[in-house]
Amino acid sequence: MRSCLIVDDSKVIRKVARHILETMDFEVYEAGDGQEALNSCLEFKHDVILLDWNMPIMSGMDFLKKYRQSNSNNDAKVIFCTTENGIGHIQAAISAGADEYVMKPFDRTTLESKLQIVGCS
Amino acid sequence: MNIHSSKRSLEILSNLLEERTGQTLSSERYWRIQTSLQSIMKEYNIPDIDSLVSEILSNMNRSLETDCLEAILNNESCFFRDQASFALLTGPVLDAIKANKEKEKNIRIWSSACSFGQESISLAIALSENSQKWSGWNIDILSTDVSNHAISRAKKGRYNHFEVQRGLPIGLLVKYFKQVDQDWQIDQKILDMIHYRNYNLVNNDIFVGKFDLILCRNMLMYLSEDNKIKAFQNIEKALYPNAYLMMGSAETIGEYSNKLEPCQDFRGFYKRNLM
Repeated sequence: MRSCLIVDDSKVIRKVARHILETMDFEVYEAGDGQEALNSCLEFKHDVILLDWNMPIMSGMDFLKKYRQSNSNNDAKVIFCTTENGIGHIQAAISAGADEYVMKPFDRTTLESKLQIVGCS
Repeated sequence: MNIHSSKRSLEILSNLLEERTGQTLSSERYWRIQTSLQSIMKEYNIPDIDSLVSEILSNMNRSLETDCLEAILNNESCFFRDQASFALLTGPVLDAIKANKEKEKNIRIWSSACSFGQESISLAIALSENSQKWSGWNIDILSTDVSNHAISRAKKGRYNHFEVQRGLPIGLLVKYFKQVDQDWQIDQKILDMIHYRNYNLVNNDIFVGKFDLILCRNMLMYLSEDNKIKAFQNIEKALYPNAYLMMGSAETIGEYSNKLEPCQDFRGFYKRNLM
């Protein structure tokens, strides 16, 4: 079973994304900020990480940089999922190692499409 | 909003759709009429579908009829639709066409039910991504659709937040689109690679030319048996010998044509024989 880590400080977004991903047969893990996400990645190997940008304690961008720089278990597909929809943010995310980018608000079709693009549908 | 409708009204709208566009709507899909006409009824301040049909039949308001039929037509589409088939198209299928046309260096492609243009834009982007390979080649892409509204939108090349998140990799969005307010505008160079025109595939009176490749995906299912035959006659006529037809991955050609043969190597593709 493929695994997806949802990293978002909004419980509502985590709930919505979890619902979509579970109907796609993903095993779903959750984290409320970047630090929690790093801890989860030390414990589990995820296939995909759905990552918010603005979060307390550690932002999505800081998480991504640390995650990609870690020595092992750093190759999950990372899909940013954020309200930061400007082209500057998108380019910065790609440069930092994001594989895809979901602009909020999103729906099931958007998420399915992005997972397909990164080869995890 | 009250969307009360008698079965007779829905039948009248369905018949009108077939008469004007060639597309049919079986009674199981009548729900589509009710959902797609809600905004039109609001716009024209018409309380229900029975009243709307009465107004159309009274012939008082021609634009109402057009607006209703445009709304009922299915314009569902996305970029790089059906990734695997699209990769076949832009890889080995175009390579095979290229090998046949080395002398002329001229390829004509027809996206025959283009909706809002995502299919032809995806194709133009794929060609641009391989610009070195296609250097010196003239590739003409014709995009047609039965809906005037769809063609008018396709010509603009402007897509909303949700549309650009259907099938389009983020790297290509950043590379080929500009953000305009809440929407995204395709690069003019890509748009200039495509010609657009309003055309009904079941109309046997107008000939749009000869092509090396025709894309006709997920449209024939909306046609009646008679209209499917007409559409295939048009497709056969418009394909050069040995040229390709691409259909939707779940579609087959059935008994509609003896001039098109399935390609063994390319699933979903058919080749025009020499008959």
